Amino acid sequence: MSGGTSLQKDRNLIAVIGDEDSVTGLLLAGVGHTNQQQKKNFLVVDAKTPLVTIEETFEEFTKRKDIAIILINQHIAEDIRELIDGHNQAFPTVLEIPSKDHPYDPEKDSVLKRVRRLFGE
Amino acid sequence: MKGKLKGAQTGHSLLKRKSEALTKRFRTITQKIDELKRKMGKVMQVASFSLAEVQYITGDISYQVQESAKTAQLKVRAKQENVSGVMLPVFESYQEGGNAFEFTGLGRGGQQVQKTKEVYAKAVETLVELASLQTAFVILDEVIKLTNRRVNAIEHVIIPRYENTIKYILSELDEQDREEFFRLKKVQGKKKERAAHEEEENAKKLLAESVNKGDADVPILQAAHESGQIDILGEEEDEDVIF
Repeated sequence: MSGGTSLQKDRNLIAVIGDEDSVTGLLLAGVGHTNQQQKKNFLVVDAKTPLVTIEETFEEFTKRKDIAIILINQHIAEDIRELIDGHNQAFPTVLEIPSKDHPYDPEKDSVLKRVRRLFGE
Repeated sequence: MKGKLKGAQTGHSLLKRKSEALTKRFRTITQKIDELKRKMGKVMQVASFSLAEVQYITGDISYQVQESAKTAQLKVRAKQENVSGVMLPVFESYQEGGNAFEFTGLGRGGQQVQKTKEVYAKAVETLVELASLQTAFVILDEVIKLTNRRVNAIEHVIIPRYENTIKYILSELDEQDREEFFRLKKVQGKKKERAAHEEEENAKKLLAESVNKGDADVPILQAAHESGQIDILGEEEDEDVIF
């Protein structure tokens, strides 16, 4: 945990994996970023997006050194739950957000699940 | 050794206190996370609504928005916060650069677009806050586990080990003490034996000497008999003493 200070300083982007509306809204707020390699920090997921693409993008986001937070729609998080549960580093933080069509369900959140487990509920 | 045990105990109590402090912090954080997650649900709902409004008025802007995303204006900074020796990152969002979507919705619904932008910016703020809490949560979780492991290790392994060592040393010392005592006793016994032996020898020597001298002791006995000093209690019976 120590020694990561310099690492954290470079992390200043918010990545988004979500449906069209969520991504649009967040981009509108100004989180979008395209780097020199033309890599975007967001991924629009619709019904046609294959699971492999989501998984690969998530992996890529977690490996990138400039991303501090990954926002992911909860229904998409459900699809790659294994990956998210397996991601146990502090950086980048994976945050599940509700989407328009899928109301937020705290029961499914991996962090809240951990909270529940810790308090023995 | 005793110093070591004392040190281990002090360390144990200190670590225990640290773990307690962390747990307290941890609980407040989880509580906050729970609260914020619920709040986030509402905020995102509002944001989605305003986006829907935009779409109703302006039409689909998503493609345009996605394409025009070049550099991030809303970025986050990580700061450090120290909680009993544990560095917790705190994210802070900040704006950088100008508005990239000045011309979005220029034709229609510009106001709505701006409003949506603001709403989403606020939503992102909430999300960032939540993210920093969550990071703190993950880190604290790990640190607490580590601290508890150490506490348990000291409590159940190191302290008993020291205690055992001390007990062993004490028992060894006792054993040595007993051995020493026994040895001394033995030595004393030997000395006594030797002394007795010597006395006997002396007596024998004396006897031998007296034998050599001849009937040296007979006259003495006779003399005693004459004076009647030898058998006071033996031959004559005492009269009963009546008070």
